[in-house]
Amino acid sequence: MRVTFTVNGRPQEADDVWEGESLLYVLRERLGLPGSKNACEQGECGSCTVRLDGVPVCSCLVAAGQAEGRDVVTVEGLADHARRRSRGDSAGTPLDEAKGWRAEGGTDSRAGAGTGLAPVQQAFIDAGAVQCGFCTPGLLVASDDLLERNPNPSDADIREALSGNLCRCTGYEKIMDAVRLAAARRSEGV
Amino acid sequence: MDFLRPASWEEALAAKAEHPTAVPIAGGTDVMVEINFDHRRPEYLLDLNRVGDLYEWERGEDSVRLGASVPYTHIMEQLRAELPGLALASHTVASPQIRNRGGVGGNLGTASPAGDAHPALLAAGAEVEVASAARGTRMIPVDDFYTGVKRNALRPDELIRAVHVKKADGPQQYSKVGTRNAMVIAVCAFGLALHPGTRTVRTGIGSAAPTPVRAKAAEEFLNAALEEGGSWDNRKTIAPSVAQRFADLCSAACNPIDDVRGTASYRRHAVGVMARRTLTWAWESYRGARRATEGAA
Ligand SMILES: Cc1cc2nc3c(=O)[nH]c(=O)nc-3n(C[C@H](O)[C@H](O)[C@H](O)COP(=O)(O)OP(=O)(O)OC[C@H]3O[C@@H](n4cnc5c(N)ncnc54)[C@H](O)[C@@H]3O)c2cc1C
Ligand code: FES
Ligand code: FES
Repeated sequence: MRVTFTVNGRPQEADDVWEGESLLYVLRERLGLPGSKNACEQGECGSCTVRLDGVPVCSCLVAAGQAEGRDVVTVEGLADHARRRSRGDSAGTPLDEAKGWRAEGGTDSRAGAGTGLAPVQQAFIDAGAVQCGFCTPGLLVASDDLLERNPNPSDADIREALSGNLCRCTGYEKIMDAVRLAAARRSEGV
Repeated sequence: MDFLRPASWEEALAAKAEHPTAVPIAGGTDVMVEINFDHRRPEYLLDLNRVGDLYEWERGEDSVRLGASVPYTHIMEQLRAELPGLALASHTVASPQIRNRGGVGGNLGTASPAGDAHPALLAAGAEVEVASAARGTRMIPVDDFYTGVKRNALRPDELIRAVHVKKADGPQQYSKVGTRNAMVIAVCAFGLALHPGTRTVRTGIGSAAPTPVRAKAAEEFLNAALEEGGSWDNRKTIAPSVAQRFADLCSAACNPIDDVRGTASYRRHAVGVMARRTLTWAWESYRGARRATEGAA
């Protein structure tokens, strides 16, 4: 079947989708967006977390057909999503740019495109919250959502919001630091 | 596989009537795990995400009519006052990502003895509203809904429309044993609700029998003891011997198995401990409620 939906602010189409396929598979294998990770395929690890109509979900547990007509934000579109949130204007992230996403692309001449870093991504780098990086995309999407809903989260709020994301490397302390850092920078207007 | 995408409740019932083997998919947090791991290859998937009615709830006089697909997150955030036991239970389900998708309809559909909604529904008192295109709507008391391990009273052409949960008229508690706080399938769980209106206490036990069950003998014992002591009026502390007897009878209501998550005897023991604790917490807040009113008067 064909699935037509919005990914990172742009309309996309995936063809020859098997009816039992997950949204995660469609994103990675059909649209070429490997940012969302596949670690467990059973909702346990959160590394496949995306926003579906704004809500963080495990994309491995959403049937592809359930995404029809809906709005998905992946880690590749997070910087753009953050910009849109603060400026209220952006054209979304085209698929080729999302595919070619590089952290260094911040001053890309195509201003407003999906390259560059969201504040929460920069905070993860600055706080040293990334080791192997496998858990990072899911944690970024979940952290960004938390800070959108709650700009000044307590430690308990952060732990709760990230309780569905497993990390086998960092021991979580640096991840906590990163979210606190992103929150502090935002409240200082940095 | 075919993907059926009804846009309304009527269309969903018609699709289920036409294809009784179709597997409904709501949040997908049970169904997709089975498909991803090739444990299930349904001929038809019946997507319920576009049936808006299933995501709504109505506060009635005595009960809340909770749409089958209302995600746990909304129950926790918006129905805590009316359905405190179910809200507490919802908060123990998995993780935010899962709670944003999964709901009580799916929990009832799976009917796992470990499902967290069940003890809370049993304790609060609830009816499951199911419907078919051929026969219309019928109400199933939640006590009769669970018919075996992962089996329920649904007929092949039926879908769950909503659950009618009694609005709390007293304190409710939910307790769950697991290895950590998040992402834990219950080793066993216990729900308790005080119903001062009818002067009764109701319970629900999860993961300690082939189906979720009430501890009926324990409830009857406690109801009699509270009546005899005039406790609903004088709100005196419950005697330790009464609480202990209640706990023992709750343990006795279990019919648990040994499995990877725990042994049968551990489960029986833990249910007793949770029964005593939840009773104490709930009764103390019942007593506190009176003190608060008296203070204000
Ligand atoms: C990582 C992880 C952790 C989990 N932890 C917990 C936990 O702690 N506690 C817990 O209770 N559960 C847990 N679950 C299980 C699951 O999240 C719950 O059972 C949830 O309530 C299912 O809801 P859903 O909408 O996602 O159901 P779905 O997967 O969409 O459906 C589940 C079943 O119900 C049927 N169904 C759904 N809606 C209807 C309807 N309206 N009418 C008829 N049948 C219907 C489906 O056909 C299917 O058989 C966990 C799952 C995962 C993946
Ligand atoms: S891959 Fe989806 S939660 Fe692990
Ligand atoms: S950095 Fe390796 S899993 Fe988190």
